[in-house]
Amino acid sequence: MDCKIVGNGSADIIHEIEKLKLDKKEIENRISKLEAQLKADEAVQMKANQACSSYDSILDGHAVSSNGLTPGMIYRYSRHLLLPDFGVEGQINLAKSSILVVGAGGLGSPVVLYLASCGIGCIGIVDSDIVELNNLHRQIIHPEAYVGHAKVKSAAAACRAINSSINLVEHNQALQASNALDIVSKYDIVVDATDNLPSRYMISDCCVVMNKPLISGAALGLEGQLTVYHHKGGPCYRCLFPTPPPTAACQRCSDSGVLGVVPGVIGCLQALEAIKVASGIGETLSGRMLIFDALSSRIRIVKLRGRSLQCFACGDHADFTQQSFQSFDYEGFTQSPMSDKARPKLSLISDSARITSREYKDLIDRQEPHILVDVRPAHHFKITAIPESINIPLSALEDQISLVDSYLKEVAKDSGKSASLYVVCRRGNDSQRAVDFLSKNGFPLAKDIIGGLESWAQDVDPSFPIY
Amino acid sequence: MEKETQDFSAENCPGEFSGEHNLVGVAGMNSEPSVKIEVLFFAKAREITGLPDISLQVPPSSSAGDCLKILLTKFPRLEEICNSIVFALNEEYAPDSIILKNGDELAIIPPISGG
Repeated sequence: MDCKIVGNGSADIIHEIEKLKLDKKEIENRISKLEAQLKADEAVQMKANQACSSYDSILDGHAVSSNGLTPGMIYRYSRHLLLPDFGVEGQINLAKSSILVVGAGGLGSPVVLYLASCGIGCIGIVDSDIVELNNLHRQIIHPEAYVGHAKVKSAAAACRAINSSINLVEHNQALQASNALDIVSKYDIVVDATDNLPSRYMISDCCVVMNKPLISGAALGLEGQLTVYHHKGGPCYRCLFPTPPPTAACQRCSDSGVLGVVPGVIGCLQALEAIKVASGIGETLSGRMLIFDALSSRIRIVKLRGRSLQCFACGDHADFTQQSFQSFDYEGFTQSPMSDKARPKLSLISDSARITSREYKDLIDRQEPHILVDVRPAHHFKITAIPESINIPLSALEDQISLVDSYLKEVAKDSGKSASLYVVCRRGNDSQRAVDFLSKNGFPLAKDIIGGLESWAQDVDPSFPIY
Repeated sequence: MEKETQDFSAENCPGEFSGEHNLVGVAGMNSEPSVKIEVLFFAKAREITGLPDISLQVPPSSSAGDCLKILLTKFPRLEEICNSIVFALNEEYAPDSIILKNGDELAIIPPISGG
């Protein structure tokens, strides 16, 4: 009996030991995997922290001709070398230069692709966004497979696929006053391919305090603008626009729309200016602004003012240091956020004048007599709308307020009960403005739907299109 | 090509500013003919006015700043951007004080920030 017990016991123990050994092996595997990942991350971080010393690493032990180019470079860039105004010297200048591209979006896509293919020695890409499907109509560097992944990863992969011989540095973070000095200091030239006003002031100021030329492009709707700032004594962004326009005056592609190819055109021209500054050929757009009007196919080049002696950032008596740069509140100065995701939520009317999208769904189910006024612009209404809603754009509400009354009366007549009034818009800001106006103009019981159609799609009807 | 635009714009706003012109003309020197210029709107200025360009009659010796004041009476919403624009007269930077001549082209350029 005892023997049997011992026998059974040792079998159990042996089994337990085997199991623990397997566990141990698995744990060790996981440890070594994590260690490798840590090492790789550290290497990426170290690379990002290093000054972008491009030329030597490109050569990387390859035999160099007396002109400074390897046979591989001569073959790859031969069409550049054949340009008499560009030639070997121009190509070597590109290989020796480092360029930071801020933003891997509509402008940044062609910029980064051209800079990579033309042989810029080191390209840094800064962006904290992830690729979204509604980016792809204009952000041509990103493939569908990268939807949901970091834009810098996607952009760097595309560049590596085109040119494996250059250095690429991924800065998977938002460029802010707190980290900009550190990042910008590693590059010779900066390309502003961002999509918002506070970043534009911040990048321009950073280039002034770090003394870097800035290739600045912008595109919205069917128009684009392009300038080279702080280059060879030329003006900076603040010399031109010392006062930021009010928030509403500078819109985003996600609000106003943009024809995909427009940032593409401006981005290509930005790459061209960056290549000219890097190679030292030709006449750049310093002190001039290129204005692209896609609708009429017109490009105008306007001569700009010179550097402003009174400029806050680069003026003769400016007291703008690296320290003051780091503590400057760019979002406060421009009264607009750097991130598209941080949309200001308006809080104009009282909570009692608002209902949630779920509450609105309940009252539809109860068949409560009402009308729903959609105050978005007519072209938004055509994209998608809640069935039975009536489109009266906010801008036309004052003129068409009598319509509201007649619709209400119609519903009241049909139902035999008084009808209530609800207002909706895309995100729930304009609907508050409309309710505010309506309540002061004969409709004190008007209510809006909190969060607009976005919350309707999120909380009530997942099949409702979002845009 | 430029001519076409100007003719089109002139049709767009026949006598739009004649009242303005006459008023100032009475107060000023009647003998001098008014100055006819072309104003180009870009970006937000184009959105506010709904026009890419407009022909404008201004009193003699008007400055670019005076012209902007006339435009503000016609398009009050330009107020929101008038502190953040670049003026270009005949494709060159111009201060507010520059005096307009017959046939001048004044561009009103607000910054755009999208990308």
